[in-house]
Amino acid sequence: MYLYDAVDQRLVDERVSQFRDQTRRFLAGELSEDNFRPLRLQNGLYIQRFAPMLRVAIPYGLLASRQLRALAHIARKWDRGYGHFSTRQNIQYNWPKLEDVPDILAHLASVQMHAIQTSGNCIRNTTSDHFAGVAPDEVVDPLVWCELIRQWSTFHPEFAYLPRKFKIAVSGAEEDRAAIQVHDIGLQAVRNAKGETGFRVLVGGGLGRTPIIGTVIREFLPWPHLLSYLDAILRVYNRYGRRDNKYKARIKILVKELTPDVFRAQADAEWAHLKDGPATLTAAEVARITRRFTRPEYQTLDALSVQYTQALARERGFANWAGRNVHGHKVPGYAAVTLSLKKTGVPPGDATADQMDAVAELADRYSFGELRVSHEQNLILADVRQSDLHALWQEAKALGLATPNIGLITNIIACPGGDFCSLANAKSIPVADAIQRRFDDLDYQHDIGELDLNISGCMNSCGHHHVGHIGILGVDKQGAEFYQISIGGTQGNAAALGKVIGPSFAQDEVPEVIEKLIQTYLARRDSEAERFVDVVRRIGIAPFKEQVYGNADQKRENRSGQLAAA
Amino acid sequence: MATLIKNAKIAADNWQRLDRAADGSLPTVPATGDVMVSLALWQAMAGELLGRNGGRLGVWLDGSEDPAQIADSLEALSLVAIHFPQFTDGRGYSTARLLRERYGWKGELRAIGDIQRDQLYYLSRCGFDAFVLNDGLRTPQEDLLRSAQGALSAFNDFTEAYQTSVERPVPLFRRRVAEAT
Repeated sequence: MYLYDAVDQRLVDERVSQFRDQTRRFLAGELSEDNFRPLRLQNGLYIQRFAPMLRVAIPYGLLASRQLRALAHIARKWDRGYGHFSTRQNIQYNWPKLEDVPDILAHLASVQMHAIQTSGNCIRNTTSDHFAGVAPDEVVDPLVWCELIRQWSTFHPEFAYLPRKFKIAVSGAEEDRAAIQVHDIGLQAVRNAKGETGFRVLVGGGLGRTPIIGTVIREFLPWPHLLSYLDAILRVYNRYGRRDNKYKARIKILVKELTPDVFRAQADAEWAHLKDGPATLTAAEVARITRRFTRPEYQTLDALSVQYTQALARERGFANWAGRNVHGHKVPGYAAVTLSLKKTGVPPGDATADQMDAVAELADRYSFGELRVSHEQNLILADVRQSDLHALWQEAKALGLATPNIGLITNIIACPGGDFCSLANAKSIPVADAIQRRFDDLDYQHDIGELDLNISGCMNSCGHHHVGHIGILGVDKQGAEFYQISIGGTQGNAAALGKVIGPSFAQDEVPEVIEKLIQTYLARRDSEAERFVDVVRRIGIAPFKEQVYGNADQKRENRSGQLAAA
Repeated sequence: MATLIKNAKIAADNWQRLDRAADGSLPTVPATGDVMVSLALWQAMAGELLGRNGGRLGVWLDGSEDPAQIADSLEALSLVAIHFPQFTDGRGYSTARLLRERYGWKGELRAIGDIQRDQLYYLSRCGFDAFVLNDGLRTPQEDLLRSAQGALSAFNDFTEAYQTSVERPVPLFRRRVAEAT
């Protein structure tokens, strides 16, 4: 956990005072709605369908137990007793009162948290691998770099009014768990032949209306140049990104219109002036930030706990959970655990205040008082002794947080959708619920195997539907809510965008359509090892399409046949 | 009447802006007094403006205009202004830093257009030292003054900053080391 120093704390406190005064002026009529809007957005405050929505930053997804308790307190005192963890590792409250927000921000500041730049056309919260620092396949721990980027981006005076929002993700492992290919800037921390740390820099990725996979513009950026290079990219974007059309204002459009080569040349030309200047990072600063991170004091343990292996052999339920929700760890005898926020009947990513307090307690007892939020909207205890896993499982089960569905069809990523969000075309939560109910049988889920199902309530794609093996997008069809379905999307190293299978469906038709897609997959897979997405890649979307729409056509023909006969 | 803030104080504005006439013809240049013109007018009539005997000269740039275009003229100028069509159009922040940090502009750098108190802090960090507040048209004069005085506190919204900027060219992480030793 990064611990603030006096300056970090002072800046966050000063931000609370600034926003308190801005809110006061707005409520007193001294600040117009148009002038207040960008200010409140840069403090995470939206005006939503029923009430304001407050988005609180969880920088790179890392949380201390005392911070989670503060989030629970906020949910109880100023909201309706729950919060929603988002796909960008943040938490959102759906029912705060505008006039209470300065007090909420002050409470956050008391535990070294904030809502700075969680919305608006500025540099947003930096996201990362939820297994950062513990993943067995990690090459470089991204957390220190994420914190350096957090500080650099916080109140950056030049980039507060960009053409559009700007998201940076950092990964340091062989497998990309931070979706770096679909961010405005994706950074993959790597080592060169000499063992020096640097970054592979991708630019211009993104989902939304125009989904694009990012392009590598630099294979190896030595770490001292990280911030000056980011400055150069952002300056080119700030000056030349489109401002005439908000749908064409993201950096991906600029990169596409210029071509990646021309964009790279412009960024390099800008960088030539900034390189080796005062923004150049120093070893002393990297060491200082590294020291400000608390690190678990691991025990020396056997690589495989006997207690753990015995419990696995003894209890099938535990083994099922361990198979899905327990992950490898680079320290012998330890494991990372996903606490699933995807129980059937609960909106994906939602947690009650009581659950948050209980998870804080689990973190204290089992995982050095820390936890992570994943972009798949689950909570992670990253440093659990294998010998504690069985006890943890029992406690998590009692809390409704042990659904063994990580990587399976019911681990649905979903935005809040039309139930809350004023941008949404359609609801997400009831669709997720209907699918979870349809596939609730665990044996069936396990038989289907690894499957990412992602739902977005509109083109803004907060539910990452483009990169779901099955993606569901809410669309507006003459005022009615419909759902467009795509298949073949992938997150991670082999990131790919799904293909739309055809015309959209009414809400109550969706589970049946998903069932048909699954049936097609099960009939066509060559073995259990071949995943849904592998089959889509191998045989294309046509057989799936046929299964889904062929029948519909047939029904229509039958019906017209019957009508003709009558 | 818009309020000018200069060096964090309310100041009198003696600059006259010259524009093309309604029929598109070039404006008449007054013999004396401080005048500022758009980049296009500067390119059209720099010779005439430089030929005056008295009064200072200024050029204002729009968000889309590259400061490189006046880099060679800076010695002849006493003021550069950057126009913000809306306060949410942030191109001028980069333009300001380029003028200060790349082209070495030391004179008055003025933010004009849709400028309000809640932007003053970032603007000043990017090198602006003068600001014409967008006061709106209907506000009575005494309210204007009061809000301009209130705006002055915006320069102190934050007491420290992480990044390099015109105001603090050395980033916090380098200054921390300097303080510690």
